[in-house]
Amino acid sequence: MESPFRSEAAAFRLLLVTIAAFALIVVASWIAPWLGLLTVLVLTAGAVWLYLRQRPPATPPQSIEHVGAPDDRRVLVVANETVGGDELMSAISEFALGGKSEFYVVCPALNSRLKTWTSDEDPARAQAQQRLDATLSRLASVGIDARGEVGDVDPLVAIEDGVRSFRPDEIVVSTHPEGRSNWLERGVVGAVRERFDVPVTHVVVDLETHEAAP
Amino acid sequence: MSHAEALHEHHGPPEANRSSRVDARVLGMFLFIASEAMLFGSFFTAYFFVRVVNPDAPAQWPPEPFHFPVFVAGVNTAILVTSSFTMHWALQSIKRGERKAFLAGMVLTFTMGLAFLMTQVVEYLNVGFNTSDGAFASVFFGLTGLHGAHVAIGLTLLGIVIVRGFRGHYSPEHHYGVELPGIYWHFVDIMWIVVYSAVYLI
Repeated sequence: MESPFRSEAAAFRLLLVTIAAFALIVVASWIAPWLGLLTVLVLTAGAVWLYLRQRPPATPPQSIEHVGAPDDRRVLVVANETVGGDELMSAISEFALGGKSEFYVVCPALNSRLKTWTSDEDPARAQAQQRLDATLSRLASVGIDARGEVGDVDPLVAIEDGVRSFRPDEIVVSTHPEGRSNWLERGVVGAVRERFDVPVTHVVVDLETHEAAP
Repeated sequence: MSHAEALHEHHGPPEANRSSRVDARVLGMFLFIASEAMLFGSFFTAYFFVRVVNPDAPAQWPPEPFHFPVFVAGVNTAILVTSSFTMHWALQSIKRGERKAFLAGMVLTFTMGLAFLMTQVVEYLNVGFNTSDGAFASVFFGLTGLHGAHVAIGLTLLGIVIVRGFRGHYSPEHHYGVELPGIYWHFVDIMWIVVYSAVYLI
């Protein structure tokens, strides 16, 4: 929801709405107290209805300027538990074979909402760091030089931070398959495509299949 | 040199990372007003509690033998609401580069705000009860006094804008120093409409 105090003009509009609403409430209360209360309830219900159907304004995709030599490709890889998955490693290898590429891996510190609210983030960050170190080692073992960092618990915020510091030419988002992916359910991949004007590759990693395989 | 190249060549401390898509100044003002709304909310809770537990309510409010100067407070409300219109006019004027209209709007806003505050002081002196006359009087002075304090802060901000305005500050491109006090002033005005309706009218 947009803040009614985001600008002076918005605050002024809220003032006019407040005058109208309270004029109605006062007149209704003078007629009968129960009518005043009813007016308050109706106006509150109307405000809630407006709030629920309000959509945030569409923002244009964020432009990311290319950094480095013209033929260099900078790839931002964002992954949760799937960060060491074979499908993701294959995708990164294909990028590496395609030309001179630089990789930056972001592992969001996955945490429950309650633990995030209570600032209990250390275990989540430690686990994310372990996943990141293992992935970077695995990439290094096949000759791919990559850097990385542990990101925010919110994948979109982690990607935004990664974009700001790394300025990629392409973004790779790795998720669990449809139905088991919290990120897909939240529309993270679509949101990344809407937010940035660089190609976004979605890689699906099925860890359960890997674990079931002999 | 492009922005990206400049960043690449940059050797100083890195640019501050900003995850939020909301402008920091707008977010700051929103959080401030949210905290203010909660502060007023606590005073309203006290006011309505005292009103509900009053044995004669709602038939007799305020309790006998007290009376509110509804008409004077109504005129005061009209003054304060009008000052929001002149505030809006002032900001629109500086956005269009009309400096005289901007200054006139700011001076009018300040004058009306001051008139509101002075009228409230006179009302306090003549209202016929004091803070020691029971819980009703305490919450009345607490709620209206809290709002009066906000008007005084708003007047200080408007005063700063006027002084800066007469010294040639602000332009159609740079007027954030007018915008933020304007948001605050409208908030103070909105709160007064709620206070006036709840305390004097209903």
